[in-house]
Amino acid sequence: MPDLLAARSQMAVSLAFHIVFAVIGIAMPLMMVLAERRWQMTGHAIYLDLAQRWAKGTAILFAVGAVSGTVLSFELGLLWPRFMEFAGPIIGMPFSLEGFAFFTEAIFLGIYLYGWDRISSRAHLWAGVAVAVSGTASGVFVVIANAWMNAPTGFDLVNGQAVNVDPIAAMANAAVVSQTLHMTLAAYAATGFAVAGIHAFLLLKDPANAFHRRALEIALLVGAPAAVLQPLSGDLSARHIAVHQPVKLAAAEALFRTQPGAPLTLIGWPDVALRETRFAIEIPYGLSLLAFHDPHAVVQGLDAVPPPEWPNVPAVYVSFRVMVAVGTYLALVALWASWLAWRRADLAHNRWLLRAIALATPMGFVALEAGWMVTELGRQPWVIYGVLKTRDAVTPMPGLVVPFVTFTLLYCFLGVIVVWLLYRHIIRSPAVPEWRGFYMPGSGKRETGNETS
Amino acid sequence: MGLADLLAGVIFVALNAYAVLGGADFGGGVWDLLALGPRRERQRELIAEAIGPVWEANHVWLILAIVLLFTCFPPAFARLGTLLHIPLSLVLIGVVLRGSAFTFWRYGADEEQRHWGVVFAIASLITPFLLGTTAGTIASGALGEAGGATLKDSLTVEGDGFYRIYVAPWLNPFPLSVGLFALITFAFLAAVYLTLEAHERELQEDFRRRALAAGVGLFLAAVMALLFSLNGAPRVRDGLIFAAWALPLHLLTAAAAVTALAALWVRRWRVARVAAVTQVSLILWGWALSQYPYILPPDLSIAGAAAPPATLRLVLGALALGAVVLLPSLYYLLRVFKSSVRAT
Repeated sequence: MPDLLAARSQMAVSLAFHIVFAVIGIAMPLMMVLAERRWQMTGHAIYLDLAQRWAKGTAILFAVGAVSGTVLSFELGLLWPRFMEFAGPIIGMPFSLEGFAFFTEAIFLGIYLYGWDRISSRAHLWAGVAVAVSGTASGVFVVIANAWMNAPTGFDLVNGQAVNVDPIAAMANAAVVSQTLHMTLAAYAATGFAVAGIHAFLLLKDPANAFHRRALEIALLVGAPAAVLQPLSGDLSARHIAVHQPVKLAAAEALFRTQPGAPLTLIGWPDVALRETRFAIEIPYGLSLLAFHDPHAVVQGLDAVPPPEWPNVPAVYVSFRVMVAVGTYLALVALWASWLAWRRADLAHNRWLLRAIALATPMGFVALEAGWMVTELGRQPWVIYGVLKTRDAVTPMPGLVVPFVTFTLLYCFLGVIVVWLLYRHIIRSPAVPEWRGFYMPGSGKRETGNETS
Repeated sequence: MGLADLLAGVIFVALNAYAVLGGADFGGGVWDLLALGPRRERQRELIAEAIGPVWEANHVWLILAIVLLFTCFPPAFARLGTLLHIPLSLVLIGVVLRGSAFTFWRYGADEEQRHWGVVFAIASLITPFLLGTTAGTIASGALGEAGGATLKDSLTVEGDGFYRIYVAPWLNPFPLSVGLFALITFAFLAAVYLTLEAHERELQEDFRRRALAAGVGLFLAAVMALLFSLNGAPRVRDGLIFAAWALPLHLLTAAAAVTALAALWVRRWRVARVAAVTQVSLILWGWALSQYPYILPPDLSIAGAAAPPATLRLVLGALALGAVVLLPSLYYLLRVFKSSVRAT
């Protein structure tokens, strides 16, 4: 395995692993706070149990997210020393701010987890709010740094050196709004639907279980609005890359030729050698319309840059389709659930809705990973778009396949254990028979005895 | 004192905080591994209780130091990441295993808890040892331009070149002795803190004995590191022996060390804690002073590695802003969980 490929693979594995935990660390605290608030308002212990379970989930996932994030902060130097030497002064600022946000999150998570009987209930709830807010803030700061890699600004390039460095201008880069919005919404949508999906699945098996019902409600409250807003934010992102990163858009759409009135390819297979998309089903003018809101707009194709500067077109193309398809599915399910909730229908007894939500369990994370592949693979061969190539940023250290394999195995091992722990602590039904009828129409009719203990 | 010196100082403050807070959490892992006698389970419970609420926050000091390093002194970060790839990767594996094992240990089922405890404890040995080794390698001046200039060669030179560039700088008596010193230091701090955390007389006595033993071990490890520094780290040796500030610093450090041990002897836990923290901090600042003005001796100076002033000024502003949020939060955390007048 060539060293560059090994380094890229190690970074990809580390990011793909960390991103799951980072995202849950952003959204799960919000669910935990909502549950605690409801407990304080209703006094029903079912919400306390939910808050405590989600707090445990946050604790487990935060711990893994913290260590995998530490790995990433070191890997920037272990794998990409030349990138960091160049970019550190320019985008170190958002990383420093992220450090503080992360610190705040760690402090208040400690207070929240261990402070149930040490501080007032009011202070406890606010500690949870601080966790949710600082978790979101740290995600935003990291994405700001990534946005700069896509739309580098805030410096002048003189003989390969960055001069006139302006970190504030670097943070206010062109990609920042679309990327941070898209990522934050993705975090809430993916986590909300993952949790909702698990409880929907358990409700299908045990419809009278009030615990899963309450969990489903709160999870949808977090996930559904984000999933509905996400296509709008996606439109913003598409219009941004059409202007600022046209090669990425051309790869995502496999648009080989620059043309006015470009069609939107729904499905097909891009053949890079032939420079055409085979078996394509197209919507005429669709891409021009989406990218520039004008059916006759000229969309830049891959032919605008020489092939050595193309990303891996099939990979970006497929990732983009997966992200859009899955995102659309989540948005439609969210709209359906919202419509039913608005009509005051009983979501937990609509078995078709429950099936649709259960199917969505892994989907948000699939879309999330696919979206990151679009943005990261779509930027190649550049690590800093138009400024520094990935192959010029990699460490000279040989034998990088060894750390790649080691960290991959380590992460596989951790992943298995985390899933198992989450099952034990969060998902498994609590054995409190009297909770079964909580707020349930027709409670008591379907008593089926204790669940697993 | 320029802006760059100030920020280098801030990074060192973060490292100091990591050593006395996060380091003690590592030390807790050491005592978990060495839990002995009739009260071993209670010792382990006490360690877990003491670490639990604070250890995530303690860990962030390291991340803060790293982030500030690559923002303010990017060439130093790039060189560290390149030349110390192997020990730093091992540190990371230790950090990952330790962090996750601690969590799994707390939330796992009873029957497998001990396995996680063992992973946690072993990672608690390896990680501080390698962190100390990294510090020792920096201090030894082996990460100089000589290494940097030959980076290109490593692509062509097989075998010997790889060893010379990526292994030899840290696989040396002096860096390894610093690793051992760091490990014992952290164990010493943990034992001192645990005398205060313990509510039972017997547990206090257990950790008093451990703290006294570690204090003596610390002294021996320091002497060993100093002996190896005679050949292995000339700059540190010269700084620690001949500089104008050397004698007062040694006297202060010695006074703190003696106070810590004496306070342990007469069971003045609070005094022992203050003295131990002072002692460890003075040792760290002695290292910093001995290699000033270099961030990576012998050739990369703080000023030479510094980012443009615009970046440094902004980071300083962000630090001030961050401190306004962070310090009260941190105070609150420690007050809630580490207050000696606890509501039981």
